[in-house]
Amino acid sequence: MKGEELTEQETALYDRQIRVWGVDAQRRLSKSHILVSGLRGTAIEFCKNIVLAGVGSVALNDDRPVTEEALTANFLIPSDGERVVGKSVAEICSESLKDFNPMVRVSVEKGDISCQSVDFFDKFDVVVVCCYSLAAKRMVNEKCRKLSKHVAFYTVDCRDSCGEIFVDLRNHAYTKKKLDETMECQIHYPSFEESISVPWSSLPKRLSKLYFAMRVIERFEDVENRRHGETTIADLADVLKLRTELCQANSVNESQVPDSLLERLIAGPSEFPPVCAIIGGILGQEVIKAISGKGDPIKNFFFFDAADGKGVIEDILSNP
Amino acid sequence: MAAATQHPFSAIKGKKVLMVGAGGIGCELLKTLALSGFQDIHIIDMDTIEVSNLNRQFLFRQTHVGQSKAKVARDAVLRFRPQISITPYHANVKDPEFNVDFFKQFHVVLNGLDNLDARRHVNRLCLAADVPLVESGTTGFLGQVTVHVKGKTECYECQPKPAPKTYPVCTITSTPSKFVHCIVWAKDLLFSKLFGDKNQENDLNVRSGDASSSSGHSEDVFVRKPEEDIDQYGRRVYDHVFGYNIEMALSNEETWRNRNRPRPIYVRDVLSAALSQQNGDMENTKISDDPLSVSAMVSLGLKNPQEVWSLVENSRIFLEALKLFFSKREQEVGNLSFDKDDQLAVEIVTAAANIRASSFGIPLHSLFEAKGIAGNIVHAVATTNAIIAGLIVIEAIKVLRNDTSSYRMTYCLEHPSRKMLLMPVEPFEPSKNCYVCSETPLLLEINTQRSKLRDVVEKIVKAKLGMSLPLVMHGAALLYEVGDDLDEIMVAIYSANLDKVLSELPSPITGGTILTVEDFQQELSCNINIKHREEFDEEKEPDGMILSGWTQALTTENNKNSSAGNGTSTSSQAVPIETVVDDELEILSGETATLHSGKKRKISDSSKASNTSFEEKSKRKADELELDSPIVVLEGSMEKDNGKKKRLQ
Repeated sequence: MKGEELTEQETALYDRQIRVWGVDAQRRLSKSHILVSGLRGTAIEFCKNIVLAGVGSVALNDDRPVTEEALTANFLIPSDGERVVGKSVAEICSESLKDFNPMVRVSVEKGDISCQSVDFFDKFDVVVVCCYSLAAKRMVNEKCRKLSKHVAFYTVDCRDSCGEIFVDLRNHAYTKKKLDETMECQIHYPSFEESISVPWSSLPKRLSKLYFAMRVIERFEDVENRRHGETTIADLADVLKLRTELCQANSVNESQVPDSLLERLIAGPSEFPPVCAIIGGILGQEVIKAISGKGDPIKNFFFFDAADGKGVIEDILSNP
Repeated sequence: MAAATQHPFSAIKGKKVLMVGAGGIGCELLKTLALSGFQDIHIIDMDTIEVSNLNRQFLFRQTHVGQSKAKVARDAVLRFRPQISITPYHANVKDPEFNVDFFKQFHVVLNGLDNLDARRHVNRLCLAADVPLVESGTTGFLGQVTVHVKGKTECYECQPKPAPKTYPVCTITSTPSKFVHCIVWAKDLLFSKLFGDKNQENDLNVRSGDASSSSGHSEDVFVRKPEEDIDQYGRRVYDHVFGYNIEMALSNEETWRNRNRPRPIYVRDVLSAALSQQNGDMENTKISDDPLSVSAMVSLGLKNPQEVWSLVENSRIFLEALKLFFSKREQEVGNLSFDKDDQLAVEIVTAAANIRASSFGIPLHSLFEAKGIAGNIVHAVATTNAIIAGLIVIEAIKVLRNDTSSYRMTYCLEHPSRKMLLMPVEPFEPSKNCYVCSETPLLLEINTQRSKLRDVVEKIVKAKLGMSLPLVMHGAALLYEVGDDLDEIMVAIYSANLDKVLSELPSPITGGTILTVEDFQQELSCNINIKHREEFDEEKEPDGMILSGWTQALTTENNKNSSAGNGTSTSSQAVPIETVVDDELEILSGETATLHSGKKRKISDSSKASNTSFEEKSKRKADELELDSPIVVLEGSMEKDNGKKKRLQ
């Protein structure tokens, strides 16, 4: 990366953040390519953050037409009806995002990316899937892992006032500063499948209850063949039944996955904008850390619950 | 089920919110409020949009540079939420129109400010109007959100606030040991001397031990003689400040007994005659109408602001910049003050600080770094502001529900502490000793036979107590007051009073006097007990008076987390904080925060944290690590000399 300087325009625009992460990190950011699929509120927040940060390119994937539902936590869809007619959420959002930072290329990828070939993912450095089904998360993660290139993989989910981030950086080398010294570090990540296959009984007692609750609902939607967030309060009895089965199969007490938590996650609106902002912000920071190779990244889950206000990191399967 | 998340709309409906600040946090907050269903939002910000805002203040575009932040932010949000009402005010929150009655119309006030002064002002108005306040701040990856509800939680001023870092005069003028000392010298002394108001007091030539000999000879040095060649003048100034002055300082052996002796630097030693003659090629400098674009770097062909220049390069920049000021911007010389957006000013300050640093064996810095220190630039990123804005909205909804038991102050951390990146802590009760939200009198020790009323008004009432429109009373006698409605006679009396020694006022102030000071706009009133004291230590007590009973944090220079410089005499620290020790959380507030150790809080104080495992663990930890496991709460502080442009973001 030597010999390359930021342009005057970049130096002026990015002045305040270069003071946070340095010129090298800024250069790496400007060469990175990011794919974001599933443009719900959290993904929109994330897109805003990385476009402002000055990544090289962002590809958006979401073929849904613009409906009332798509508008709920989305500030990239203008309300002047004409512009949105006949366009997908990704198309409209890409137009708005381009405006945020003319130095970032924003494009649209059509179709279901979980069905894409492995090669498709080779052109990205970071892949983020938002509000994906269990099967689709698994498929995309596996495809990214088949590449020789290290593609950083993230899933994000928001349900009611809770959010979850999963991170898979495979083998990640980075530097961090401890006191005044720079340390070289390396960490290994389990895949999504490996992580969620860990028997619950072998997990730490004080693991965030959200981890279990998210797995129960994810499994429920998978079994019922529903899309993400299609579970409602009417399904509560069935969700609780699945919870009981999973707890028994994993030999853990049902109190690990409280009724009230499950009820809250399926009863509330699918997205709570302040939580989207928080999860999208944390995810943005993580992606910047991963690209720049600076600072300890999250390994490998992050949970936020507005009810208690805690944002917690959980390391599932610390020794893959 | 948690109340905080039930039907947020029912709590929000019909509620009126005031946002103060439309900058880094403000843009994110306005967006999140609108998406969350808030319908009636008022927003105050006096600032206009700058290019360096655009990396995070995402409601603004290049084409908006120069326009009102509050107004542009409103228009941008209405594009995706046209049905809601947003009322912008392009004004200073300290303007009299924003009085207690104005504040009373709101159900909650949300601060996204960048300076201590405005934060204190809003805190007082919220207390007076009895409106809850959600306060916030960010620096780099760090941030915090706190809730202040009168009578229920501590007010913003219950906790000590760090003072802007100041340095002893002789450290700056004679014995710098850090780069920041050189920056302060270059910016506050040399730059002011060369280009500022010549009548201003200036310590530039005060040398340790022989202050008396400084005036005669040196005063003339900075004045360009009629017809004097500009290159000649530049070399004369250079030799005087980097050579002669150091030589003089060296003559005082006492100073250097336990210090490294500095090296005098003269132009002839650094630049060959030819080189100093044919300095920059001004003919090739692009001709521009904008004085702020004149640049010595450009004329010398130096491009990279991240690069550390050699002594030779710094010397050439210094001479070239001086020459450019006198040739391209001559009409401004005599009334310039340092501005971080003034390229030539940043160049000459960087170069001067580096030459001085060379003298004293201090490592040199790049223009980019020097600009950060000199301009009190606080690093800021979009992600932290977005997270903090989300947390503000969550607290605002709790406040609107009156869900007192759920209020939390939340810290956003760069490195996890006990697995947490977002750490909630229960708010504290109001402090009984707070002069703002309780009625505790203050104590002022002062020499009543020497100090003037002006000293009390400027150094105590305005600077320490943060009053902007103060009134000073002794019993029923009014000694001082400001306001538009005063008649000329009163104005004359008050201004005469300002210059009187305390004990000679019409109603004399002596030991035992109780003064009442008030600010009508802030509806704040407090009593000050006066105690006469004869002597004060000039270095340790430079104000010549000591105020106690108010909570000002001590500032410590040897803070281990801020080795690269603790800010400047007028300012805040400007280096990335990357060295936070694991069990210690450093929280800064305000986009211009200062790194100072404030009051320490132990995690165990947070009690009743809702998760038992967390509570147990933290209790145990607190037992084990009683002293070395504090959360150091650090909060914003403002640049006190930036009076010409106090900024809200």
